[in-house]
Amino acid sequence: MNVNQQPHMASPYGQPQPGYQGYPQSGYGGQQVPGGYPAQFAPYNGPASAYQPGPPQGVRGPPTSGAPPVSAAQAYSQFGQGEVQNGPPAMGPPPQRSPVSQPYSQGAMNLTGPQPQYNQQFGAPPTSMQQMTTQMAGMQVGSTVPSPAGPGYAPPTISQAPVSAAYTPSDPSSYAPTPTVPSQPPPAERVPQSTPSQPYYGAPAQQPFPTAAPPFSAPGPAQAPAPPLASQQSFPQGPPPSQPPFSSAPPQAPPTASYGGPLPPVQAPHPRAPPPTSQPSAFPGGPPPTSTLSQYPGPPMPQQSPVSQPSPFHSGPPPLPTTAGGFPPQGGAPPRPLHPGMQGPPLASQGPLMSQANHVAPPQPGMLPGQPTAGMAGPPPPQQPGMQGYPPQQNGAFGQVRGPQPGYAGQYPGQQNYGAAPPAQAPAPSAPKRLDPDSIPSPQASDIPPVQKTRHRIDPDAIPSPIQVIEDDKANKGSEPFVTGVRGQAPPLVTTNFQVKDQGNASPRFIRCTSYNMPCTSDMAKQSQVPLAAVIKPLATLPPDEIPPYIVDHGEGGPIRCNRCKAYMCPYMQFIEGGRRFQCGFCSCVTEVPPHYFQHLDHTGKRVDCCDRPELSMGSYEFMATVDYCKNNKIPQPPAFIFLIDVSYNAVKNGMVRMVCQELKTLLDYLPRENPDVQSNIRVGFVTYNKVLHFYNVKASLAQPQMMVVSDVADMFVPLLDGFLVNVSESRVVIESLLDQIPDMFADTRETETVFGPVIQAGLEALKAADCAGKLFVFHSSLPIAEAPGKLKNREDKKLVGTDKEKSLFQPQISFYANLAKECVTQGCCVDLFLFPNQYVDVATLGVVPTSTGGSVYKYTYFQAQSDQERFLNDLRKDVQKPMGFDAVMRVRTSTGIRATDFFGSFYMSNTTDVELAGLDCDKTVTVEFRHDDKLSEETGALMQCAVLYTSCTGQRRLRIHNMAVNCCAQLADLYRNCETDTIINYFAKYAYRSILNNPTKNVRDSLVNQCAQILACYRKNCASPSSAGQLILPECMKLLPVYLNCVLKSDVLHPGADVSLDDRAYLRQLVSAMDVTESHVFFYPRLLPVHKLDVESDALPVAIRDSEERLSKGGVYLLETGLNLFLWVGANAQQELLQNIFGTPAFSQIDPSMTSLPVLENPYSKRLREIIESFRMQRSRYMKLMVVKQEDKLELIFKHFLVEDKNNSGGASYVDFLCHMHKEIRQLLS
Amino acid sequence: MATFQEFIQQNEDRDGVRCSWNLWPSSRLEATRMVVPVSCLFTPLKERPNLPPVQYEPVLCSRATCKAVLNPLCQVDFRAKIWACNFCFQRNPFPPSYAGISEVNQPAELMPQFSTIEYIVQRGPAAPLVFLYVVDTCLEEEDLQALRESLQMSLSLLPPNALVGLITFGRMIQVHELSCEGISKSYVFRGTKELTPKQIHEMLGLMKPTTSVPQEAAASCRFLQPVHKVDLNLTDLLGELQRDPWPVPQGKRPLRSTGIALSIAVALLEGTFPNTGARMMLFTGGPPTQGPGMVVGDELKTPIRSWHDIQKDNAHHMKKAIKYHEALANRAAVNGHSIDIYACALDQTGLLEMKCLSNLTGGHIVMGDSFNTSLFKQTFQRVFSKDYNGEFRMAFGASLEVKTSRELKVSGAIGPCVSLNAKGPSVSENEMGVGGTCQWKICSLNPSTTLALYFEVVNQHNSPIPQGGRGAIQFVTQYQHSNTQRRIRVTTIARNWADAQSQIQHIEASFDQEAAAVLMARLGVFRAESEEGPDVLRWLDRQLIRLFMFHLRRSPFLQVFNNSPDESSYYRHQFVRQDLTQSLIMIQPILYSYSFHGPPEPVLLDSSSILPDHILLMDTFFQLVIYHGETIAQWRKAGYQEMPEYENFRQLLQAPVDDAQEILQTRFPMPRYIDTEHGGSQARFLLSKVNPSQTHNNLYAWGQEAGAPILTDDVSLQVFMDHLKKLAVSSSA
Repeated sequence: MNVNQQPHMASPYGQPQPGYQGYPQSGYGGQQVPGGYPAQFAPYNGPASAYQPGPPQGVRGPPTSGAPPVSAAQAYSQFGQGEVQNGPPAMGPPPQRSPVSQPYSQGAMNLTGPQPQYNQQFGAPPTSMQQMTTQMAGMQVGSTVPSPAGPGYAPPTISQAPVSAAYTPSDPSSYAPTPTVPSQPPPAERVPQSTPSQPYYGAPAQQPFPTAAPPFSAPGPAQAPAPPLASQQSFPQGPPPSQPPFSSAPPQAPPTASYGGPLPPVQAPHPRAPPPTSQPSAFPGGPPPTSTLSQYPGPPMPQQSPVSQPSPFHSGPPPLPTTAGGFPPQGGAPPRPLHPGMQGPPLASQGPLMSQANHVAPPQPGMLPGQPTAGMAGPPPPQQPGMQGYPPQQNGAFGQVRGPQPGYAGQYPGQQNYGAAPPAQAPAPSAPKRLDPDSIPSPQASDIPPVQKTRHRIDPDAIPSPIQVIEDDKANKGSEPFVTGVRGQAPPLVTTNFQVKDQGNASPRFIRCTSYNMPCTSDMAKQSQVPLAAVIKPLATLPPDEIPPYIVDHGEGGPIRCNRCKAYMCPYMQFIEGGRRFQCGFCSCVTEVPPHYFQHLDHTGKRVDCCDRPELSMGSYEFMATVDYCKNNKIPQPPAFIFLIDVSYNAVKNGMVRMVCQELKTLLDYLPRENPDVQSNIRVGFVTYNKVLHFYNVKASLAQPQMMVVSDVADMFVPLLDGFLVNVSESRVVIESLLDQIPDMFADTRETETVFGPVIQAGLEALKAADCAGKLFVFHSSLPIAEAPGKLKNREDKKLVGTDKEKSLFQPQISFYANLAKECVTQGCCVDLFLFPNQYVDVATLGVVPTSTGGSVYKYTYFQAQSDQERFLNDLRKDVQKPMGFDAVMRVRTSTGIRATDFFGSFYMSNTTDVELAGLDCDKTVTVEFRHDDKLSEETGALMQCAVLYTSCTGQRRLRIHNMAVNCCAQLADLYRNCETDTIINYFAKYAYRSILNNPTKNVRDSLVNQCAQILACYRKNCASPSSAGQLILPECMKLLPVYLNCVLKSDVLHPGADVSLDDRAYLRQLVSAMDVTESHVFFYPRLLPVHKLDVESDALPVAIRDSEERLSKGGVYLLETGLNLFLWVGANAQQELLQNIFGTPAFSQIDPSMTSLPVLENPYSKRLREIIESFRMQRSRYMKLMVVKQEDKLELIFKHFLVEDKNNSGGASYVDFLCHMHKEIRQLLS
Repeated sequence: MATFQEFIQQNEDRDGVRCSWNLWPSSRLEATRMVVPVSCLFTPLKERPNLPPVQYEPVLCSRATCKAVLNPLCQVDFRAKIWACNFCFQRNPFPPSYAGISEVNQPAELMPQFSTIEYIVQRGPAAPLVFLYVVDTCLEEEDLQALRESLQMSLSLLPPNALVGLITFGRMIQVHELSCEGISKSYVFRGTKELTPKQIHEMLGLMKPTTSVPQEAAASCRFLQPVHKVDLNLTDLLGELQRDPWPVPQGKRPLRSTGIALSIAVALLEGTFPNTGARMMLFTGGPPTQGPGMVVGDELKTPIRSWHDIQKDNAHHMKKAIKYHEALANRAAVNGHSIDIYACALDQTGLLEMKCLSNLTGGHIVMGDSFNTSLFKQTFQRVFSKDYNGEFRMAFGASLEVKTSRELKVSGAIGPCVSLNAKGPSVSENEMGVGGTCQWKICSLNPSTTLALYFEVVNQHNSPIPQGGRGAIQFVTQYQHSNTQRRIRVTTIARNWADAQSQIQHIEASFDQEAAAVLMARLGVFRAESEEGPDVLRWLDRQLIRLFMFHLRRSPFLQVFNNSPDESSYYRHQFVRQDLTQSLIMIQPILYSYSFHGPPEPVLLDSSSILPDHILLMDTFFQLVIYHGETIAQWRKAGYQEMPEYENFRQLLQAPVDDAQEILQTRFPMPRYIDTEHGGSQARFLLSKVNPSQTHNNLYAWGQEAGAPILTDDVSLQVFMDHLKKLAVSSSA
C-alpha cells in the first residue's frame, strides 16, 4: 500500500491537478487561485479558508454529499492514498498556500497554471488524488463539509460535511441535492456533473497536495484533509441535517462555485473536516484555531482546527495556529496537540480517510514530490502522532495503509490505541517512502523481494488496519442506539457493542446486508461485482436490553397476507381507500383488509393503530400460525430430543460415554422452554449403539429401564412406541437409573465397529412414530465400517490434496446420507453430531445429515476426558439449552426487481424458494444472495421479507417475520459507500466453501481474488477520481476487503497446511456455512488482545492489536480468540509479576503448557483476565478451549497459524504481499 | 382259544397296536381285494406301568440294511450264542455281554411278554428340555392378564432344570434376554422382514461361539435359562408384559407378526439346541396380519378366508402362508423341535395355515375362545401333566423306524410325523400317507399319540407262503424321555399269513372293524387335507362302507359345512393323532341317556333318543354336551332338585355331570363343556350330531311318541343304508 501510496502521492498531487485541469479544474484551479480560497488559503488561513470554502461547499456539499457517500467510501480508500491524498486535501490548503505559500512551488503550481505541471508530474497521483479527493476528500469535503457545515458547525460541518458527505451518501436522499452539485464527483458520472466539483476536488487535492505539500509539507494538509474526512464522516452521521446547514453554505456557494471551492472545500473540509470532527469534540482547540482562522471566515477556523486535527495535516492545525505560514511548523506542533484532542473524533473520521486511502498512491506521489511526501511523511508522522487519534483514523485505514500510513501509522501508533503505533510512527514516515510505486507494480510476493527490497518494504502500519476500523466504529457508533427506521442505513460493525431500536427494519442482529444500497440495475450489479446478499439469523438471541419480537395473533384467519405474493403484513404495506385495502410493498397487488383488521387512516395515510401493532411498525415480529400452517393440518406435537450414544470400545475408553451419561442427568432439567417457570414439554429418548442399536424404554411406570436391542440395522425401525419418548419429570427415576447403568453395562465392551446411518434412521423413525419434530444428539466416535446402510470406507488420501480431484474429498462418499437427510427434513428431524474421532471419520460424509437439517457438527479430535471435558460439556449444555425452532421453513420475499437466488447454510431445499430447516437454533444463519430480475427504483428501494414458519419448543406453530428495506442507487458510488465488508466476507467465504465441492480449490481461490479485484477495479474505474495506475485506491467501506479476503484464502479449507486433516477441513467447511457475521469475522480475523496491558480498574478491554507476529512483544502476554479456540501466548520475557499474577508462578519455565484453564488466583489481575476469557466464551456459540502457548514452544506453530497478517508456513501470503498482488490484479483489470 | 376280540384287546394293551386285519392275506392280489389295506394303529408310547425299561443297549442285527432289534420272535441258538434275525434271516452272534444267556437265563427281549421293551441308552450329554414361549401381545387386556397368569403358573410346572425362553410379538418381535440383571434386555425384530437363519443368529449374537462348546452354552444362555435360575426374573418379566403399544387405527386389525416370531424362535433353537427336545409354544390371539405367513391383511373390512373363499380360490394369502409355515415346520422337525399352537380367539386365527407347524412336529393345537377360559387354562396345565412316575407325559425328538418281513412293505404313515426319507428294503413304492420311507420323525409324543401305518403285501400270488408262516413288523422308537434320558422302545408284532381263498372266513373273522374304520378315516382325512373337495367323499364311498362311514361322512373331518377352515384344521389335527378309542368317539360320538327308568345307558346316536324325560350326555371328544329333555328341564327350572323329597331328581341331574367331570379330567385337550336343555341354543351341538331319523319332512310319517325332529335335509341313516344296499347289489352285479 505504502508503495502504492507513494505513487499515489505523487499522482494525487499531480492528479488532482490534471483532473482539475481536465475538468473545471482549470477553472477551479483558476477559481482556486482566484478564489478567495486561495487567498484565504494562501495564508495558512488559506487552508482554513479552504475549509471555509468547505462549508460553502458544504452547501454544495449536500449535492456532493450524494457523492460523499462515495467519497466516504473513497475517503477511506483514498485514505490509503488519502494520506497522500490527504496531502492532496491538504492541497486544498495549498491553494491557500499557493497564494501565500506560493513559495511552495507546488502550491503555487497547483493554484495556478502549475497545476498542469502537477498533473503532469503527478499524472498518476492526480488521478489518485482525484479519487482520493473525490472519494473521500472531495466528497467529504464537499459534501460533508457542507452538510456538517450545517449552520451550527459551519466550520466543523465542513469538515464534518466531508465526512458526512461520505456518510451522507448513505442518506442519499438528503443529499440528493449533492448529486446535482459537483459533490458527486466520486462516481464517474459525477465527474461530469461534478466535473467542476471534482476538479475542485481534484484541484484542491492537487493543489492541496502540491501546495500543501510544499507549504506545510504537503503532508500536513493532506493528512489534515484526511482527518477531516474522518471526522466528517462522524459528523455527517450525526448531523445529516447538517447538510441543510450546508445549504446555508450558499454563502460558501461562491466558494463552491469556485469550486475550487469544492476543492477548497475539500481541502478545507479536510483540514476543517478534521477540525470539525475533532472540533466538535476535541476542538475546543477549535476556537483558538478559529482565532487564527478568524482571519478566515469562521469556518476556516474550524477548518483549521480540523486541520489541526488533520494534524496529520498538521498543516491544518498549524495553519490554524499559525493561521498562515505557521502551518508547517505549527501544524507540526499544534497538530499534535490538537490531534490529541482531535484524535478522538478524528479517529472516527479516519475511516473516511481510509477511503482516501486510495490515495495511497498519492503518498507516493507525495513522496515523489519528495517534499510533499517527505514533508508529508515527516510532518505527518509527527503530526500523526499528535494526530494519532484522528490522523490515524484517516490514515488509519488509508492513511496508515498507504503513504499516509507512515504518517498515520505514526499517528495510529501515536494514537496509543495501537500499541504498536507509536513505534510505527517513526517508521511510518519511512514507510511511505517504502511505498514505492515500483514496489506496487511488482507482484506482491515477488514485489517485496525485487524492487521493494531495494527500496523500502511496505510498512505494515501503512496499510488499512482492521483494528483501526473496528476501533473507529466503536468510537463512532458504539455509544448511541442504532435505530432501524432509516432505510439504507448501515449498522455498526459486528465488533461494536451497540443497542438496536427496531423502528421498522429488522435489527442487524437478524439481518445484515452486504450493501445497504443496491444498484438499481443488474448491469450495475454486474459491473461492480459486489455481491448482493443478506446474512439472516432468524432466531438470533437478543441482548437483554432489547425486546424480543412481539407475538401477534391475527385470529383464526391467520396472518393477513398479500393475496398475490403472500407477503405477510408489514410496515411496507400501504393502506389505501380509507384503510379498506392495502397495497403490497412487494408486488403492488391490492388486497382487501379483512373486516376484523380494519382501521381508519390518519391524515398521513397511516393507520391509526399503526403504533400499536408490531406488524405495522416493527421490523421483526412473530405471528401465531393457524392450523393451516401445520403439517397435515394438525397442531404439532411438542418436539422431542433423542440422545444417541456410541458405546463402542473407543467411545467407552476415552470416557465420552460416562461423561455424557453423567452430564445428561443434570442437563435434562434445562431443556429449552419459553417460560422458565414451566417445565419443558420436550420429551426425551435414549439410544446407545455400536454395531447394533439399543433402545431404552424408560416409561415412568417401570421399576427398571428396559433395553431393546435392534440388530437388524439393514432395515432400521423403532422397536417401541410407548416409553421411548418420555417426559423428563415423570420418568426421572427411571432415566437416572438408565444413565447410571449405561456406562457400566458397556464398560467391558470389545465391540469396535460402529454403524451410523441406522442410528440416524432410528431417531428419525422414532420421531415419525411419535409424529413430532425433534432433534437428535448423536455422540459418535469412529468411521462407521460395520455392515449396514451408510457404511463408509476410509478414503483419506492426502495425495489428492491440491489436485483437481480434491473436491471429491469434500463430497459425501455415498449418496445414502443425502437421501436420509431429505427424509429427516421432511419429518423435522434435526441432527446434531458430536464426534470423538481418533482417526479419519469422514466428516464430509457424516456431516451431510447435520448440515442439511439445520444441525451442528462438533468435533473433538483425540478426545480426552481430562482435557476436553470442559469444552465438550459446555458445548453440549449450550447445544441442548439453546432456544430453537423445529420443522422450519424459511422464505425470503423481495420486492419486484430482485429475487433471492441462492442460499447458503445448514438446510435443505426441495425447490428453489423454500429453505427447509428441520431445526433452527439461535445460532444458525442463512446467507441469501439476491439477483436482479428487473430494475429497482431509487424511490422505493428494495424490500425483503424473511418469513420463518416453525414450531416452537412448546409445540406452537409460529411465523417469524423479518423485514428489511435498503436503498437503491443509480450511482455505483452509493453502492460502494454503503457496503459492509464483514458481511461480504461472510458471503465470500460461504460461496467459496461451497464452490470447492465442485471446483478445484485453486480455481475457487483464483475466482475469489478475481472477483475482489473486479470490485475494487470497478470502484477505481467508476468512482475514484483518476489517478495513476500505480495507485491503489480502496473504497472506504471496503478497505479491509483485501486483508479479510486474504484470511479467507489462507484458511485451512482453501489453503491447507500439511498438518491439516481432511476431516478438519470438511469440518470447518461445514461450520462456516452456517456462521453469522460476528463469528465469521473473528474466525477469519482472530482477535488478539495484549492482556499485559489490561487495566484491572476498568471494564474496558485493551485495544486489540493486529494479527501479526511483529506486533507481539516478548515481554507481553496475549490472548488470541478465533471463535473456536483461545490461546494465551506468553512472551519469553514477560514480567515475573505478570506471570505470577496469571499463573501463580514467576518463572516462565514453570508454566505448564498443557493447562486448559488458568489457575484461580486471588489477585485482581487474574480475576479480570479470567473474567475476560469467560466473557469471550459467552459471546461464542461454541466453547473455546484455552491453550497456553509459550514463546518458542512447539505449540507456538499452531498459534502462529492464526496470525493471519503474516505469511504462514503453508504458503499463505502476508497481508502486505496480498495487497500488492491485489493491486496488480486491479491494475491489470484497469488496463 | 381266545376270541379275536380278546386277542385284539390283549395286543393293544401290550403293544399299543391295532391292526385292521389280524390274519394277513398272503398275496398282493388278495390283499388288494380286501379293500381295507393291511394296516395298523400304533401308539409308540403307550403307557405301560408294568414295563420297566432295561438299562442297556438293544442288540441289533448286523446286516447294515436291516439292523433289526433282537426280539422274542428271533430264533436263538443258545449254545452257539447266535441269533437269527427274523426279518432278514441274518445270523448274528450275541455281543460279549450276553455270554451268560441260556434257555433259562434269557434276556428280557427274548421273552414273549416283552414283545414291547424299552431300553435306556446313554448317548452324549443329557440335554435339558427347552421350552420357548412365543407370546402374542396383541390381546385384550383381560386375555393378556389371563395368559400372563397361565404362563407364570406354568413356570412352576416345568422341570426345574428345563431351559426356558421368551419371545413376545405384536407388531415387532422381542427376544428377551433372561440372564441380565438391572436393565432387562430384549432383541427386537421387525415383523415384516424375513430373515435367513444365519442373519437371525448374527443379530442375536449366536454366531461367535461356533468354536467351543462352553461358549455356545453361555451364548444360548442369554435367551434360554434354567427355570430355577430365572424363575423370579421371568415372573417379573411376564408380569410387566404389556399389550402391544402400537396404536391400532379404527377399522384395522392389530399387526401381528406371528410368522417372523416363529421363524426367530425356530432359528434360535436351531442355533442353540439342535437335535434336543424342545417345545416352542405359540400363544396367539388372532391371525397373523403382517409379514411372511400372514393370513389376512390388517383391514377389518376384509374378512378372514372362509371355505367359500378357498373354494373360489379367493384366499390370497393362504397358499403363501401355508408354504411358509411348512418350511418352518420342516426346519423345526429336522432339529427335533416341536411347535404348539394355543390359539384363543373368537374369530379364526389362521390355524389352517399354521396347522402344519404342529402336525409335522408333533405339537399340540389348542383352540379356544379366550385365554381367560378354563378350557385354555386347564388344557395348558394339562400339557405339563405327569404320569404315575411323576414324569411328564411328553417325549421329544422321537424317530420311529419300521421293519417288516420280506413279504410286507410299509407304504406310509399318517400321524404327527415327518418323513426322514430313509430308504430301505422295507419301503413300498405305493405311498399311503407319508410314505417313501421307513423312518419318521415325531418331534413330540405323548402316551396317546397314535400313528396309522399302512402296509402292502408284496408277496406274489404265485409264490405262496408256507402254511403257518408269520409276517412280522418291528417298530423301533427312539426318543428323548422327559427326564432327558434317551430311550428306545421296540415293539415287535407278528401275524399269520392266510390264504384268502381257503381261509376267507378266518380272515373275515380277524377283521378289526373299529381299527379299520379309524384307519380308513385317517386315510380319508389325509386325502381331504391334501386333495380337498368332494372327491374324498366319493373315494370313501367307493371304499368299504359301514356304519362308521355314515357318521364319518357327517363328521367335521370330512365335512366343512358349518365349520371354519380353522376348525376343520383343528379337528383333523386331533383326529390324526389320537388313539383308537378317542378316534372312534370323534367319528361317532357317544350318547348316554340318564333317566329314572334305569341306570345310565348308551343309546343310539339318533334323534329318537332325544326324549323329554331323559338327560343325555354326548361326548364328541371336542364337546361334552349335557342335554336335559324338555320335562327334565322344566323340572329343573321349577327347582325340584332343591327339594329334599326329590333327592332322586337331584341325583339324576348330578349323574351326567359327574360322568362328564371324569371325562374332562383325562382328556387332552379339554373338550368344550356344554350344559343345555331342550330348546336351548347350545342344543345344536347335539342335534347336529344325531342321526336325523326324524326330520321336518317325515315327522308325521313316523311314530309320534319318541324323539325330536331335526331340521335338516341330510339323509338319515335309514335312507343311507337303503341306498347303500342298492348300490352294493348293483356294484356286485
